[in-house]
Amino acid sequence: MGDLIMKKIVLWFATTVSIVVLLFGYRTSTNATNASAATSAQRPYVGTATAGGTAGSGTAGSSTGKSGTAGSSTGKSGTAGSGTGNAVTAPASPSTSTAANGSTAATSASSPASASTTTTYTGRVASTRWGDVQVAITVTDGKISAVSVPVYPSGNGEDQQINAVALPILVQETVSNQSANIDMVSGATVTSNGYLTSLQSALDQAGL
Amino acid sequence: MTPGVAVDSGPVRREVAHLMGMPISLALRGRHADTTTGRRAWSAFIARLRRVDQVFSTYREDSVISRLGRGELTQAQCPAEVLEVLDLGRAAEEQSGGAFSVWLPDGRGGTRLEPSGVVKGWAIQRASRHLAALDDTDWCVSAGGDMVCHVADPDRPDWRIGVEHPLDPTRVIAVIPVRTGAVATSGTAHRGQHLIDARTGRPATGVASVTVTGPSLTWADIDATAAYVQGAVAAEWLRTRAGRSALVVWPDATTTIIDGRLPSGW
Repeated sequence: MGDLIMKKIVLWFATTVSIVVLLFGYRTSTNATNASAATSAQRPYVGTATAGGTAGSGTAGSSTGKSGTAGSSTGKSGTAGSGTGNAVTAPASPSTSTAANGSTAATSASSPASASTTTTYTGRVASTRWGDVQVAITVTDGKISAVSVPVYPSGNGEDQQINAVALPILVQETVSNQSANIDMVSGATVTSNGYLTSLQSALDQAGL
Repeated sequence: MTPGVAVDSGPVRREVAHLMGMPISLALRGRHADTTTGRRAWSAFIARLRRVDQVFSTYREDSVISRLGRGELTQAQCPAEVLEVLDLGRAAEEQSGGAFSVWLPDGRGGTRLEPSGVVKGWAIQRASRHLAALDDTDWCVSAGGDMVCHVADPDRPDWRIGVEHPLDPTRVIAVIPVRTGAVATSGTAHRGQHLIDARTGRPATGVASVTVTGPSLTWADIDATAAYVQGAVAAEWLRTRAGRSALVVWPDATTTIIDGRLPSGW
């Protein structure tokens, strides 16, 4: 029984994320030519989402995107969050700080040296029979850099697992460790002999 | 909402211990970051790993695993946890087409029992329940580069996990924000060519490192190693794994990201 409910939530969730991603891809691609047309064109997607019992889309507000590439995921950087159901993390209660974090991370990861525009769009909270759900997307320079679920149903321990299923990976090929702002280091197994020269050791000593 | 504004989560307190030849690093923040309860949880975590090491170490002549490997014990005589690890090893072998196995060719036509590719992640994941018992406390514990993380308070920021650059271990090549979940990396940057393709008995080539994230370190760790030993088809294989996200770094330092998928069959 529990499995069935979770299955529904997961399916629903994947649908919602896909819809929001689609919606946004459409939004940015039409924005360049006619903002009002884009706004009206957006409505059918919202309607679709609602009909599916979700209503997870939000008001897109002013778009800062510069290209129509949102929603595709192939590159080496800044691709976290696009694609299907690639959900970021999410706390069990209403919060906006997760999305804020995501956008910060995306900004620093994609191009630390140059100015980039990052905006987070948060859909309104939708009530479903499994609980309240809210989806937020972060857009950096016209590309979706993160999808998060600041509010999701918290009924049992499995929610957290689903939540942890997919995490964004931000590749930064030019970043130096000084600017990476990291808490821990994952790498090929460090032995106790090699520990003192490892990045993790530096973090442990810095006590940050 | 204003991007970049994070709630002050207080200081991060850190611990380091050395066990099984590896550094074990802990980062704690929140209520029990600096309490007796927090320190007790860390001690209990370490004590549990010590017990695991006594059973599973292949460096100890008298460990259950060494005796099992020499045929002095049958599987029926082993503790339940040994059977659990062997079961995991069998599942991993099946699912990786034999590239990953806890039975490796010994170079003399036979095999030797080497379960450490399963034991580490499994042991850390199990022992982390001592940390999970700390209320309102965020923790991230890493054993030689493989870790389990948890953020208890929605207002506190993600743990930011840097992925070591396999060709230059003084740099990170990627950052993974994690709230609750595991990150494991397999590579040979620190130990030389020590990851063996069980089908050939030879060191794996074709990949510089593989990092896998998922809900449990048990399988994140297994999958990272299983992908690594498959070399050139690592990314292809990882795409078939439900519920994991992964980063493959190739020998020329180019990367492939595998987006997490929802568990199939749900």
